[in-house]
Amino acid sequence: MHSEPLNDRNVSSNSTYYYVDIEEYPTQGWDKFKRVIKRTFKGELFVGLWVVLREMIKFDIHTVQYPKEKLPIGPRYRAVHKLLRLWESGYERCIGCGLCEKICISDCIRMDTKIDENSRKEVTEYSINLGRCIFCGYCAEVCPELAIVHGQRYENGSEQRAHFVIKDDMLTPLDLLTSGQQAEYPGFGSITPNESVKKTPLAY
Amino acid sequence: MDIAFIVETIVKIVVILLVFSALAGFGTYLERKVLAFMQRRLGPMHVGPFGLLQVAADGIKLFTKEDIIPQNVVKPIFKIAPVITAATAFMAAAAIPFWPEFTVFGYTVHPIVADINIGILYILGVMAIGLYGPLLGGMASANKFSLISAARSAAVFISYEVVSGLSLLAPLMMVGSLSLIDINNYQAGGIGSWIVWSQPVAFVLFWIAAFAETGRTPFHLIANDHEIIDGFGTEYSGMRWGLFFIGEYANMFFISFVIAIIFLGGYGDGTGLGVLGLLLKVAFFFFFFLWTRAAWPDVRPDQLMWLCWKVLMPLAVINVVITGFVMMF
Ligand code: SF4
Ligand code: SF4
Repeated sequence: MHSEPLNDRNVSSNSTYYYVDIEEYPTQGWDKFKRVIKRTFKGELFVGLWVVLREMIKFDIHTVQYPKEKLPIGPRYRAVHKLLRLWESGYERCIGCGLCEKICISDCIRMDTKIDENSRKEVTEYSINLGRCIFCGYCAEVCPELAIVHGQRYENGSEQRAHFVIKDDMLTPLDLLTSGQQAEYPGFGSITPNESVKKTPLAY
Repeated sequence: MDIAFIVETIVKIVVILLVFSALAGFGTYLERKVLAFMQRRLGPMHVGPFGLLQVAADGIKLFTKEDIIPQNVVKPIFKIAPVITAATAFMAAAAIPFWPEFTVFGYTVHPIVADINIGILYILGVMAIGLYGPLLGGMASANKFSLISAARSAAVFISYEVVSGLSLLAPLMMVGSLSLIDINNYQAGGIGSWIVWSQPVAFVLFWIAAFAETGRTPFHLIANDHEIIDGFGTEYSGMRWGLFFIGEYANMFFISFVIAIIFLGGYGDGTGLGVLGLLLKVAFFFFFFLWTRAAWPDVRPDQLMWLCWKVLMPLAVINVVITGFVMMF
């Protein structure tokens, strides 16, 4: 339906709004009594009984038994972060540029880098304080390497505040990578992992 | 009074107490399950198979919970009120024949604690005393919600008690006895002789009054959760609250027995089939208590009083008068 008639809030013949039909409220005792009789024998109570009984017989249960079953969540759901690895080499994707640390509006990303023996920048520490993170997604948005992404793990319950926040927990383990289980974010600039992905020749 | 009689009575009392305490607990499980199914949920599922041990978990929780007595309550009354509700519910059971008499090792057992000749009068009276539980508990609680609940319980009480008494008068005139066993035997001739056929109005009226008596959903206004928290139970914790709970559910079972015996033929001629029939009838009435809770809204207290005084009571009186005329001529 076009929204135009809905914008006219005045009740008139050409608007979609109309007054709900409300019966006159009975004032006389006799009218009230008639209303009681009408309501009593109208059978509405039995309609209600039938509806719930029907649902019981149909047994169309909508309960999700949560810890055992989980509802599917959207692919772009922003839950606990993950650090990804390069498909072709298994190196960490993060180049230590620090953009995520800079953009984080809750100031909860901390990282430490050094130059390793191959003169590559190596990220030694990378942690996100999930107690402060508001899961805005800016870090994943700004990352030039698609290194930090949001995962699907939303169960943050833990005994220690420090859990889930250290690099080793977020980084894809190598064995998961080699068995092809690193989920790729299906957005702009993402790669399709197949044979065409080659290791960049670094030997100059 | 010989020893055998005393032993038999004590055994019967213990059996009724144990069976109906357990049934009251199991009733809460049934209620949760039935309500859940009607609302497309699963209900308790995790404690034991199909959540069956949920009752045990609740029991342990209630028993081990701290018994809090708030500061400004009237302590003796506050403490005794839950006992009144639970005790009167079970006292009422004394005059209910749960089973036809049977013979064990040549000894005839009457499965009724006391076959007094004013049975139904006694049951109604004792159940009415049960209302003192919410009334006293609510007034002693030093809590405004409890106070409202106590006032409502008094108002509801005087309204429905008239209806339940008057509606029972007509069938009692036909039977000519107040003993539930006599009422049962009056209808022993099979389905055709059930009182519900000759007294349908009284049946419906008493059924409605039973909802007010047990405080179940269309008339759940003494402890209406969304208006006055738990009403009289707001300040109660642990097993004191549990006693209110047991009393309420035991009452539902007993009133189901009473309706089934007075109007639907009870256990009939006392054969196994009759017993099964009685259990099925009681199960239906209990189920109906849960069913209406899922389906119907609550009425306001003034609506309940209006209904009882201006509609149900005149109907009951007319019913009594017509019955009287039919019996005279
Ligand atoms: S999701 Fe937002 S708040 Fe959380 S770490 Fe990334 S940028 Fe910071
Ligand atoms: S923006 Fe990406 S590449 Fe840069 S430091 Fe953060 S995670 Fe690493």
